[in-house]
Amino acid sequence: MGTEFVQLSLMPMLIGVLAAVACALPGNFLLLRRQALIGDAISHVVLPGIVVGFLVTGSITAWPMMIGAAFAAVLSVVLIEAIKRLGRIEAGAAMGVVFTSMFAGGVVLLEQSDTSSVHLDVEHALYGNMESLIWLAADGWGSLIDWAALREMPSQAPRLAVVLVLVAAFVFTFWKELKISTFDEGYALSLGIPALALGFALVVVTAIAAVAAFDAVGSIIVIAMFICPPAAARLMTDDLWVQVAWSVGFAVLSAVLGYLLAGYGPLLAGFDHAVSAAGGIATVSGLILAAACLVGPKRKRVGVVREG
Amino acid sequence: MIQAGVRALRRGAGLLWLARARSQPSTGAGALDACPLAISGLSVSYGEKPAIFSVDVEFPSGSLIAIVGPNGAGKSTLLKAALGIIPKLSGRVEVFGKSIDDARGNVAYVPQRASVDWDFPARVIDVVMMGLYRTMALFALFGSAERQRAMACLERVGMADFADRQIGQLSGGQQQRVFLARALAQDADLYLLDEPLAGVDAATERAIMDVLKGLREEGRTVVCVHHDLATVRDYFDQIVFVNVRKIASGPVEDVFTDENLQKTYGGRLAATHIDKLRVAAE
Repeated sequence: MGTEFVQLSLMPMLIGVLAAVACALPGNFLLLRRQALIGDAISHVVLPGIVVGFLVTGSITAWPMMIGAAFAAVLSVVLIEAIKRLGRIEAGAAMGVVFTSMFAGGVVLLEQSDTSSVHLDVEHALYGNMESLIWLAADGWGSLIDWAALREMPSQAPRLAVVLVLVAAFVFTFWKELKISTFDEGYALSLGIPALALGFALVVVTAIAAVAAFDAVGSIIVIAMFICPPAAARLMTDDLWVQVAWSVGFAVLSAVLGYLLAGYGPLLAGFDHAVSAAGGIATVSGLILAAACLVGPKRKRVGVVREG
Repeated sequence: MIQAGVRALRRGAGLLWLARARSQPSTGAGALDACPLAISGLSVSYGEKPAIFSVDVEFPSGSLIAIVGPNGAGKSTLLKAALGIIPKLSGRVEVFGKSIDDARGNVAYVPQRASVDWDFPARVIDVVMMGLYRTMALFALFGSAERQRAMACLERVGMADFADRQIGQLSGGQQQRVFLARALAQDADLYLLDEPLAGVDAATERAIMDVLKGLREEGRTVVCVHHDLATVRDYFDQIVFVNVRKIASGPVEDVFTDENLQKTYGGRLAATHIDKLRVAAE
């Protein structure tokens, strides 16, 4: 647990934690608004955005791709709203139509274009490539205070840190407004809270988190982190603050435990290959949700008709 | 320092809507001379068919007013359009002589109980404190002063003992009282309530009507979408009949007539209603 851990495992774990928390925070509100699927939708449409970003600029540096992805995310939200209103189609169906066709379009684009020379493929999009986020400039824990070494860390880490600060700032600045408009949109509007704009802002913040996390860890984690930690947290408490705190805890736990299990679990069990860290993290988050369903103090039977 | 910083941040971040929302002084007594709610030529449409069409109505100050009409007649739509919650096709709404956006600090709305998800992670007191939102600064959290004000409102609706209950554990009548307490926390001069007596038990109905009558005694104006024609005479002074258009409005003793019921509910439905009312009256 010395130099090798810092070089090989610290950054993927840190990046996994940052991505998980950045997704779980807005995920709480999406879940309570019954919009959890929008995180799923956004993380799928990121793929065509990245491909188009690459085709337009011919570069695989992060920024053109992230701008392309952000553009695709906003486009998908607009399309979902348009289909919902013009086609009078239920929200889930509209999301399903938009994200599957945009994702499929992205796959086709990817295969048609000459991206074989660069590291851009469907598997990468789904699972990310956390294991490649190594920090070779580090030579032990001391590197964390060594500026020269810090500058060499994978760029995903500082980028995700900035995104996490942004997401947290949004959620905590507009805490009251988000809470009131999530619980009772009509009442929020009657108070003069611009609930519709706030709802759109939440989706934009979700898109930013999804795009930044996707680049580092792939869409499987993004989808899992938008839904699993908040859903498990909801089963632990009846207080929104406490729910958000639990969701952050579950997100961190999933990232750390998932990474360690994927990296070291199979070796300990006698297999000779580690498994995908992204898969491990998403699986652990699912197991946490399952455990919360079984033993969470606030779980209740749904679908029970209550006395009016 | 912090105050100044927050103010600068609001300006800088374009959060003027928040600043404006709170800088409004609560309407003084002078403003109450104006009609609490005057609606003219109001039309709203969801899709092609109008939900309400060219409605003109003035709600007199210091009275308890029922809006009645059949299902789908646009009663809730009328309230929502008056509050600017849904866009109107045409028409004017004046609240105490001002636009609704300039009068929000003086209007309290109670939506239909069924319009929200009661599994939301909040306690009774949290919901009531939402009514204090307009008096709070951007980053401020609800503190003990807010809690006390909210408790006083819960006291008025007989729900003080339930302050720390999860809202999902309440009965329908209790949920309705919590919604009323939240509106009371706004300390408004105009109250707009959407079906406050729908599906509540008899004790809740009495408690709610006591509070609403108390508001009227204090000179406030209370407008309720109401569904139970049998209680109109007992509870309300004014009535507005709506069925997409406004059919009639005025004091209950003048306007609550068989003829207007017939016009609002039409044919056989009205006959059943009228028969029931006769039975109730005897």
